[in-house]
Amino acid sequence: MAFFSQAWTIARKDLLTELRGASTIISMVLLGLLVVLVFNFGADPGVESAALARSGVLWAAFLFSGVIAVGRSFASEREAGCLDGLLLCPVDRALIYLGKLIGNFILVFATGVVILLFFTVIYNVSLGLGWLGILLLLVLASVGLATLGTLFAAVAAGVRARDALLTVFIFPLLVPLVIAAAHTSTLLLDGKGLGAAGFWPWLLVVYDAIFLAVSFMVFDFVVED
Amino acid sequence: MEAATSTRTPGVSQPADLWPGAVQPTASPEPAKPPAILVRALVKTYGPVEALRGLDLEVEPGAFLTIFGPNGAGKTTLMKVLATLTRPTEGSALVCGHDVVREARAVRERVGVISHNTYLYAQLTALENLEFYARMYRVRDGRKRALALLSKMDLAKRMHDRVATYSRGMQQRLSVARALLHDPQVLLLDEPYTGLDQHAAKVLAEVLLELRDGNRTVIMTTHNLEEGLAGCDRAAILVDGQLVYDTQVKGIEVSSFRDTYFHCVRGELGQA
Repeated sequence: MAFFSQAWTIARKDLLTELRGASTIISMVLLGLLVVLVFNFGADPGVESAALARSGVLWAAFLFSGVIAVGRSFASEREAGCLDGLLLCPVDRALIYLGKLIGNFILVFATGVVILLFFTVIYNVSLGLGWLGILLLLVLASVGLATLGTLFAAVAAGVRARDALLTVFIFPLLVPLVIAAAHTSTLLLDGKGLGAAGFWPWLLVVYDAIFLAVSFMVFDFVVED
Repeated sequence: MEAATSTRTPGVSQPADLWPGAVQPTASPEPAKPPAILVRALVKTYGPVEALRGLDLEVEPGAFLTIFGPNGAGKTTLMKVLATLTRPTEGSALVCGHDVVREARAVRERVGVISHNTYLYAQLTALENLEFYARMYRVRDGRKRALALLSKMDLAKRMHDRVATYSRGMQQRLSVARALLHDPQVLLLDEPYTGLDQHAAKVLAEVLLELRDGNRTVIMTTHNLEEGLAGCDRAAILVDGQLVYDTQVKGIEVSSFRDTYFHCVRGELGQA
């Protein structure tokens, strides 16, 4: 229990820091909403593939705003050498990773919910019971993005061109996540249940499990000087 | 100019072939307690750069050792190895009897670090910073301990202010409080005076003197000879990843030690 308690201490510290700074959260939310809005004006509502296009818009907005969050996750640690301060604590490195991951997941998921709400208004989508499926999908996608993002943010933390490097690393690896999420949400937005999505949600589960395991294993080596 | 004489320095290597004029330490009886720090043949490389080259060091419990050296000598690297922030390439280092690689967590429980980096979160208040680290170090009654240290460092009145509003001197005092939260047996001070004005440096020096309770081992690195020699009982000079000089400080004049320092750095010790 002490392990999770200390991980939550790190997550809570990160969330408090972000809430007080506010710039990251504002950037995330605004970018996500902007993407939804701009694509709405750009897309022809009569197009046959509108359902898939809408899903693409939703996940593009989620992806761009989520990468902002994870990109900033080690920003507070870079100030005043705080990452070294964390590494000096007598805790497993995996605990530090878990704490950062929990903080990033909460930020990414909360922003995803805001984007989803805005999306349903702009695109006049009525989900009904599909809300549960979409929220579960959002949870899985947030875990995946936060998992990869936290790891690669740590990799890029000590590099000058960290933002560009993070984007170069992370976007190719997020392709399976986006494809699976978009296909699943297309069906959900059409009023079909999760069962109709076939293996796509399971692909997300496996994706999250693999990258979670790998991230926990390599994080120690990533942060070591 | 004659170099300052090195007095008895138990267990520390001082190669005469490097410094012909240096005095060989006399043989000393084995210390009663195991050393607080024991470093043997320590090597640390960063790619082609050899930051530490076969360094040997032994520090008895309760000692205050100041290590001087020019930029790039390896001082910070040595501190990072002892603090378990980086692993040695070769050799070994024991802190309070625990290996820095195999027993890293045990070392971290016993070591406090004060650096030119404060390790403080600017958006958190002083009290929040200390409570955070108290939880990470699993300090019993962490809040009570944090309040006591804030009072000791004369920061109690500003404890609810964010660290971003603190002066550099106040941040460094808070950093000292952070390092003392878990009552470490060994304190590593890596150039703690960096960026401090004279008043803040004086306050920090007073605080560091108070830490000398005979039970805590302190190792400090610094460029500043006056600040470094004040309060310490042993001084060493690190050049190019090796300890080239080591002496007890009692009775040494700063000016004499300054000459020795420059001779060591320029490699002129012992030459006519």
